[in-house]
Amino acid sequence: MATSIDISDLDIYYGDFLAVQGVNMTIRAGAVTALIGPSGCGKSTFLRSLNRLHEVVPGARVEGKIVIDGESLYDPSVDPVDVRRRIGMVFQRPNPFPTMSVYDNVLAGVRLNTRRLPRSAADEIVERSLRGAHLWEEVKDRLDRPGTSLSGGQQQRLCIARAIAVEPEVLLMDEPCSALDPISTAAIEDLVQQLKADYTIVIVTHNMQQAARVSDDTGFFNLRAAGQPGHLVEFNPTRKMFTDPDDPSTEAYISGRFG
Amino acid sequence: MSGLALSRRRRLTDRLVAALMWTTFAVAMAPLLSLIWTVVRRGAPALTPDFLGSDMTGRALLGEGGGIAHAIAGTVMVTLLAAVMAVPVGVLTAVWLVEYGAGSRLASVVTFLVDVMTGIPSIVAGLFAFALFAVVTGDPLPRLGIGGSVALALLMVPTVVRSVEEMLKLVPDDLREASYALGVPKWRTVVKVVLPTAVAGIVTGVTLAVARVAGETAPLLLILGTAREANWNPFDGGVQTLPVFIFQSLNQTSGADAAVWTGRVWGAALCLIVIVMVLNVAARVIGSVFAPRTGK
Repeated sequence: MATSIDISDLDIYYGDFLAVQGVNMTIRAGAVTALIGPSGCGKSTFLRSLNRLHEVVPGARVEGKIVIDGESLYDPSVDPVDVRRRIGMVFQRPNPFPTMSVYDNVLAGVRLNTRRLPRSAADEIVERSLRGAHLWEEVKDRLDRPGTSLSGGQQQRLCIARAIAVEPEVLLMDEPCSALDPISTAAIEDLVQQLKADYTIVIVTHNMQQAARVSDDTGFFNLRAAGQPGHLVEFNPTRKMFTDPDDPSTEAYISGRFG
Repeated sequence: MSGLALSRRRRLTDRLVAALMWTTFAVAMAPLLSLIWTVVRRGAPALTPDFLGSDMTGRALLGEGGGIAHAIAGTVMVTLLAAVMAVPVGVLTAVWLVEYGAGSRLASVVTFLVDVMTGIPSIVAGLFAFALFAVVTGDPLPRLGIGGSVALALLMVPTVVRSVEEMLKLVPDDLREASYALGVPKWRTVVKVVLPTAVAGIVTGVTLAVARVAGETAPLLLILGTAREANWNPFDGGVQTLPVFIFQSLNQTSGADAAVWTGRVWGAALCLIVIVMVLNVAARVIGSVFAPRTGK
């Protein structure tokens, strides 16, 4: 079920390079949190630290605390693999596994890390996940076709189906629509609205309208100056953010006068 | 007008470069075609069922008949054993280099050593196997099939490491991250996502490496010795292989049965080329069978 995430004094490093500094925020359970800000300000880096994917890059590390359900994500006793099972992710570019069919792509997470599945249970997971990702009607007759044979928008929804098939508590989305056309984008935005009933969603976006449309809370990241680490400028309910932001630079960015 | 002059100059340059390319292509192809034509013309008459099906015992001792069945068997056995040894070592080394050791000091040392191994003359690999088995068996002149396989494996490993490494590097990091993000442990990601994605290239690379060593002569000459009939026991006694058979038969072509021996040389050469070609074609077929289907 959906879970909230508490982040306190989070510093994120690549080797000696401090990429993001001093982030404090609480991501509410069952809500959509949007992260906006100019390129290179550390939104994606921050997002990737939430499921410990950040540390896959050699030398990357994190200081500070991320607490989910009372458990510290970066506690030495926590297995990053378990973290990633609980916190799913959808990437900027659709990345279905090219060697697998639509069916197997949906099951990839389940099959790759659990026991053998009886066929009926597998069928059920595939249908539920594809329905959840609004893709079932379009692909139900070609489940055995390669995942990469679908269109870009369908591939992205396939990736969402794959992510929700393992029933995570949180779903991270890193600019999930930036490679898609407006119709596919609208489909995914609708989907996000539906998914928030079951999942806590954090979405990075460059599209201000998208942030305004889909999110409940918004965080604005920025760089103090070129070469300085990124930081969280403001974190507020989306409505307030877009009508009466606390920080003048947020208003400047949102209204397009900068950034 | 200067525009027109320029375009004429470009056209001339285009012609010149095109002509140069076709010429170099022809120069490169000429020896190859000539070689294949000569081998086929002189080898094909020798390739009778009798030649392919019999060995060098019996009637062959009297200078009639005789064949290369034993040499084909030896080549197949020694090469397969070499592949069985070299492929796991090579593939696992490449997996470690790309997936685990990337950027570490040890990885650059290993890469350097692989590069050095690529440059080992094949006769040195043969000497190594010879020395190794002289110690192991206590026989000052070891003659056994497994020795030849070790020498060939030594030559195969760097080729396999290199080609598998390149194939693994071609697998996009997107796929690894997609797998990690699903909570799949790293080793399963490698086994279930990375290797299947790269399998076409890996199989092709391995098959080409096998084809490459199937024609080696020098190391086998040292350790395999020779045999007149098929020896399927790799742990005891000399084994005949096609390249060595060709070499030894060539030494007989000045003797009494010169014509017979010359025919055997060409026939065995053609047979070896066919085996290597079949392996190359097989590599392509296997590669396309395993390639990820896009379904377009």
